[in-house]
Amino acid sequence: MGDNLEAREAVGDYKAGWHDPENSTIRFDFGLSEEVVREISNLKSEPSWMTEMRVKAFNHFIERPMPKWGNTHLLEEIDFDKICYYLRSSESTERDWEDVPDDIRNTFERLGIPEAEQKWLSGVTAQYESEAVYHSIREDLEEQGVIFLDMDSGLRDFPEIVKKWFCSVVPLTDNKFAALNTAVWSGGSFIYVPKGVHVEMPVQAYFRINAKNMGQFERTLIIADEGSSIHYVEGCTAPSYSTDSLHSAVVELVALPGSHIRYSTIQNWSSNVYNLVTKRGIAHENAKIEWVDGNIGSKLTMKYPAVILKGEGSHAEVISVAYSGDGQHQDAGAKIHHLASNTTSKILSKSISKSGGRGSYRGMVTVSPKADNCKLNVVCDALILDEDSRSDTYPTMEVSNPTARCEHEASVSKVSDDQLFYLMSRGHSEEESLAMIVNGFFEPFTRELPMEYAVELNQLMALEMEGSIG
Amino acid sequence: MATLPLLKISSLRAGIDDNSILKGIDLEIRPGEIHAIMGRNGSGKTTTANVIMGHPDFEVEDGEVLLEGKSLLELEAWERARQGVFLSFQYPQSVPGLQVGNFLRKSVSSIRGEDEAKGAGFRDSLKQAMESLDIPRSFLSRYVNDGFSGGEKKRFEILQLMLLKPKLAVLDETDSGLDIDGIRTVAEGVNAAIRGTNSGALIITHYSRILEHVMPDKIHVLMDGKIVASGGPELATKLEEHGYEWLKED
Ligand SMILES: Nc1ncnc2c1ncn2[C@@H]1O[C@H](COP(=O)(O)OP(=O)(O)OP(=O)(O)O)[C@@H](O)[C@H]1O
Ligand SMILES: [Mg+2]
Repeated sequence: MGDNLEAREAVGDYKAGWHDPENSTIRFDFGLSEEVVREISNLKSEPSWMTEMRVKAFNHFIERPMPKWGNTHLLEEIDFDKICYYLRSSESTERDWEDVPDDIRNTFERLGIPEAEQKWLSGVTAQYESEAVYHSIREDLEEQGVIFLDMDSGLRDFPEIVKKWFCSVVPLTDNKFAALNTAVWSGGSFIYVPKGVHVEMPVQAYFRINAKNMGQFERTLIIADEGSSIHYVEGCTAPSYSTDSLHSAVVELVALPGSHIRYSTIQNWSSNVYNLVTKRGIAHENAKIEWVDGNIGSKLTMKYPAVILKGEGSHAEVISVAYSGDGQHQDAGAKIHHLASNTTSKILSKSISKSGGRGSYRGMVTVSPKADNCKLNVVCDALILDEDSRSDTYPTMEVSNPTARCEHEASVSKVSDDQLFYLMSRGHSEEESLAMIVNGFFEPFTRELPMEYAVELNQLMALEMEGSIG
Repeated sequence: MATLPLLKISSLRAGIDDNSILKGIDLEIRPGEIHAIMGRNGSGKTTTANVIMGHPDFEVEDGEVLLEGKSLLELEAWERARQGVFLSFQYPQSVPGLQVGNFLRKSVSSIRGEDEAKGAGFRDSLKQAMESLDIPRSFLSRYVNDGFSGGEKKRFEILQLMLLKPKLAVLDETDSGLDIDGIRTVAEGVNAAIRGTNSGALIITHYSRILEHVMPDKIHVLMDGKIVASGGPELATKLEEHGYEWLKED
């Protein structure tokens, strides 16, 4: 209970901040070594190529310096020896909620996951600490050959597909945290959509960290075969502890010719989580990749969803919102590389900072010399709610082909007394009025989300605005 | 009960950052009455409206503002709105991303209660009010005042007035920026909302045109934070012909 109290003071009304008692069946000691890496692989009975890949990645992680891109001084505070790299709370992944251990099922029920599954999802994976505890997919999709598994089961049941694509988008040498993830990954989603199959309703994965000082390193790989489409939704929460946790995921998307992948995330981490995620997709001819990325909470988020436009006529879109409150830094943005002709991209980044929070947009768009007639559009808007908060933009564009058409807009605005007064004169309290302005600012993002998520996000922001008026 | 004024302002002094703007205002509006305030630029008309509505930037140094005998001064703007005070803004603020339809429903719900904002009853009164103001349906999905023309903003203020049904409506230069038909429509709307009811209105304007349609019970002239003259409709005509100079003597 002590933790809960502390946490309330630290984060205010973080509504997913409770934690369950820790009932782990396997828990590794704190800290990381080659032995730990081999042990994780052994425990999962993995093929030897995966074990060797993990070890190679571990060695790279040790040698590799911290990234230079981003808020690097906060990264120095991470103590890799104080993190638990693997924790299993359940023996198996269940297909029926009834079979999930009670305490874990309760957690997901409190988060509303089983209800959402019944109403509007094609499939669900729920991950608790390091392993998926629940998994289901609609039968009709399974019959059409759609594979939706947790990553460990994917490796076990479809080793050929995994071997072909794993690390093909994000190589293990990509950056320090991608190397770490490759060394100790556990859980995450594995999806394959066969040629021409359209998955109409979204599939969802939900990630929950429960234990203290936990590191969650899920690994997700989505392959959309020619002319197929899928919408994947991911949600994350963690209890509010006073010590830090690390969430360091890698997501790889492969959009084969003419396919469409949309990947939506709402991360609502408590303010003691380092959220350092590498997300990247490769779009082949006429394929389309969209990242819809919402970042609320965490201590430090560094996330720059990327798309490599490799095939002619491919399209990338990154829409992101970030909310930074007291003691939080959201360093988010996008990276897009136009490698082929007639490719188009669009980045819309919206950030809100409040009570001393800091939001940064960090972006990189490149056009290679061979890529003719590319179109790129970057819009960054920041809304600052008080004098103590901060917003910066670091846009980089490297355009090496003169036929490219580039547009870039950036704006920073503040909530004015007159705007608040206008809404208050219509019967809305100051907090309600502020929430209306904030939700309005996020609207271009919210309208891209499935309805249930949009409502959830609006409520979350209304909660964040509570008690914010001096 | 019939003797209780709807709005009673007495010896009101108010300002901003140690700057006095209103220097002793007295005004009384009875139920069913419409009053007008005229005055030069910078004379304190909008400040009067803001102080009645409860803009947090202004400080009341002295005096009283009573709505049906109860003081408004300790209440926040949103509480005053729920008590029945409405302000049609001279410069309505835009809120990008906030949809008009949504906003109207939320406002009606806050001020008149949840039941009033639900179902066919609400939809019908919304439809009727929009038609009478010539506001196209498509506005419901636009964002509040975002990209509205000057006249559209003013029509939208009156749409809110019609749906919120306040006891006291303060209209700050609602006629400026409206076309001739718009002025007539607004005047009709105000007449319908106030005449023969227990509500009242205070119309701030520079022009006699709107007053010809509304026929206010009283016109007040504000000069340098004080009411320097009050009278019937003839005062408006005189001001339009001779300006404010002749009032300066006393
Ligand atoms: N927020 C403010 N800060 C500083 N001064 C202000 C503020 N609001 C009003 N004033 C000053 O108070 C005086 C009265 O302003 P007010 O807006 O009430 O005038 P008005 O009669 O409505 O004029 P207009 O006909 O131009 O609308 C002006 O001198 C103005 O500069
Ligand atoms: Mg004015």
